[in-house]
Amino acid sequence: MSAARPGRLRLLFEKTGRARYISHLDLMQTLRRVFARADVALRRTEGFNPHPYISLALPLPVGQESVCELMDFETEAAIHPEIIPELLNPKMPEGIRALRAYAPARALSGIKWVEIRVSLEYDAPPRDAGAALAEYFSADSIVVPKRTKRGIRDVDIAPAIRSVRFSGAEAGRVEGGAVISASEPALNPELLLTAIARDAPSLSPDYALIRRVEIFDADMNVFR
Amino acid sequence: MNRELERILRTVRKPARYTGGEYNEVIKERGGVRLRVALCFPDVYEIGMSNLGFKILYGLANATDGVWCERVFAPWDDMEAAMRGAGVLLYGLESGDPIRDFDVVAFSIGYEMAYTNVLNMLDLAGLPVRASDRDESMPLVIAGGTCCYNPEPLADFIDLFIIGEGEEVNGEVFAEYARSRDAGVPRGVFLERAAVLGGVYVPSLYDTEYGPDGLLSSVTPRPGAPMPVVKRIARDLDAAYFPEKAIVPSTEIVHDRVALEVFRGCIRGCRFCQAGYVYRPVRSRSASSAARLGLAALSDSGYDEMSILSLSTSDYRGLRRLTHELLGWCEPRGVGLSLPSLRADNFSVEMMRSVQKVRRSGLTFAPEAGSQRLRDVINKNVTREDILNTCRIAFEGGWSSVKLYFMLGLPTETDEDVLAIAELTGQILHVWRESAANKRRGVRITVSTSCFVPKPHTPFQWEPQLAAGEYLRRVELLRGAMRMRSVVYNWHDAGTGFIEAALSRGDRRLGRALERVWRDGARLDAWDEHFSLERWLAAFEKCGIDPAFYAERERARGELLPWSVVSPGVGTEYLWSEREAARAGAVTPDCRVKCTGCGASALTAPVPCDSDTDTDTDGGGIVG
Repeated sequence: MSAARPGRLRLLFEKTGRARYISHLDLMQTLRRVFARADVALRRTEGFNPHPYISLALPLPVGQESVCELMDFETEAAIHPEIIPELLNPKMPEGIRALRAYAPARALSGIKWVEIRVSLEYDAPPRDAGAALAEYFSADSIVVPKRTKRGIRDVDIAPAIRSVRFSGAEAGRVEGGAVISASEPALNPELLLTAIARDAPSLSPDYALIRRVEIFDADMNVFR
Repeated sequence: MNRELERILRTVRKPARYTGGEYNEVIKERGGVRLRVALCFPDVYEIGMSNLGFKILYGLANATDGVWCERVFAPWDDMEAAMRGAGVLLYGLESGDPIRDFDVVAFSIGYEMAYTNVLNMLDLAGLPVRASDRDESMPLVIAGGTCCYNPEPLADFIDLFIIGEGEEVNGEVFAEYARSRDAGVPRGVFLERAAVLGGVYVPSLYDTEYGPDGLLSSVTPRPGAPMPVVKRIARDLDAAYFPEKAIVPSTEIVHDRVALEVFRGCIRGCRFCQAGYVYRPVRSRSASSAARLGLAALSDSGYDEMSILSLSTSDYRGLRRLTHELLGWCEPRGVGLSLPSLRADNFSVEMMRSVQKVRRSGLTFAPEAGSQRLRDVINKNVTREDILNTCRIAFEGGWSSVKLYFMLGLPTETDEDVLAIAELTGQILHVWRESAANKRRGVRITVSTSCFVPKPHTPFQWEPQLAAGEYLRRVELLRGAMRMRSVVYNWHDAGTGFIEAALSRGDRRLGRALERVWRDGARLDAWDEHFSLERWLAAFEKCGIDPAFYAERERARGELLPWSVVSPGVGTEYLWSEREAARAGAVTPDCRVKCTGCGASALTAPVPCDSDTDTDTDGGGIVG
């Protein structure tokens, strides 16, 4: 094992449970503090108000879980990346856990697809919800209103969905999964729920948990 | 988290403030817990988590074996609506369990405008708001904090008040409660036992009567209940608990940094300042222990900023030594220090310059009054020369923004005093023109005024508050004189100050109005977007109570004051003599020049007030 040169490293971590309500900006601040607690000094930006530079790959919408978050950072001093998770984990808030740190082989911009799991809960489950949802999402065009900086406009999310599947309702619950576009365009999985609520309200769940489970490059190779 | 809660969290703003799970949150095994405490802050998470006292009480309770203390904050209006809609009861952030099932519900109350939140939180917890409507199956409801130096307006709702600092007495109350409960002692008997612990006020043990003139005519304690209840304090700050491992919020809060308290009390004796009187006597932390605690809290939290807290940090004897020790650690790590309560003098700017190498904030002064005459009346012993010199050094050093805080409606204030605020502002602007290091950057002077609220246990506790109409006339007068480039004038509205004044010097009869206004929808009253003066006035009217009786009436010397059931250790005679001095425009020297015998030193006897915990002889010359 040889010491890594000081320089850019990448952290694979998960954000689950109560931590999924931490917003993207708050997560950045939280992680900076985690590094400071662990006494792993990060390189700071230059300028009037220097702060440790970190970069998160894909903003995770509030309320969604993930087991495959990536963050790039740079340490002040040389450090074996392997030991970073054990330094960080005792300093984490509940629900955030470092899985692995390593020197990255490619830029974060190479991420193209993300695989999500959705768990839909119904107080009164509709009949054959799984099949009906699968059918709904097989359409060539699914137009939903999307809130943007310039107001609300209609977007077609169908091209951003590479694949989708749903299983039948069991105990008031439908499990589903999808591979959706992570960049250009980035599709917020919440829009899948918006689409259901608008076009098929009877299939709209009373509660939905969305979990990001894997990220891929354009060729559907797992991205690290 | 339960399913119902998860469902509503999707629908509310900033859900991270309702989840718990932060770093250093205390989770205990239910099996080993004998007493569950809900420590409630009657405002939102971002405010409550910024409060040092709250962190101390949380850490201290949880340091006790068998006690599990959880945090509870007021929900914002969207969350309240969602909770009520889904039938979610107010819960502890740590466990998510409803606080109705806890043993003790404890409120920390620092601001009168939070009173409606206290009632609302009890209701959200599924508890009757009135103490007399709660039974023994329900938690004991207690309250402490600065507001409880006049506990009377909340007397109908609270079973027991902690008077003074909670460090010792909270634990005594918890222990007595657990003992009494385990022995099957009725709640009433427990309250009698608690009343004699010292620093505990049980309102149901005191009967009040009013005369035909509407004035309080008598307060009669039941046998055994103390009168007055003298506050309790942490006598030795070096021995006192400090939260080295405080919770670090995972979402942004108001004061998002380490707070290092260096002393309690104040030597200055500003006559309007309730904190300056009720936190006496002066007790300091030694610089070495303050440095150790501050650095421990910084490394544990990962914060990149620390505030040094006290009522007047320039008066901290160990300041040079402390900042020197802290800076050695902070500078290489990019950690900023801030000193928010410095006096306007040369030393302060020197300190600011030395500590703010990392990040530089604006300068803030609170001259409180514009004229020297009025500053003498209120005993704010800072001179115009002090202020101008301080500004000069600051401008020369590159600062370009100054904030100034004043009060309107101080006793004896004339139009001349009001206009003197504009005059002083103009002089500061002139100083900037003369001395600015870089004039091209421009200057920004922000002047804010609020309407003076006379507070219990101060020399101005007998004074009337200025009526709102007259306050606004003086605001207009000042506004007309403040039309200067680079100067921004902000003034607080009069409505909040008027209600605050009525509540802060109220008696038990205000309980009805509080309940009324809360039932009419009042909550989050400290927030402009929620406060409604009309709703308050209507509630007072429905109850046949005139708020001006409490806010705008001058009290006679001999009047029985509702808050005289508690004592902060400073005698009423002393306060009266200070009031007389104010009327005569006579200043009282600070406590280091001469002890003027306020009475508070009895609380630390035989250790003297303001005893020197360490000297600064080795620190000279380090700064600058």
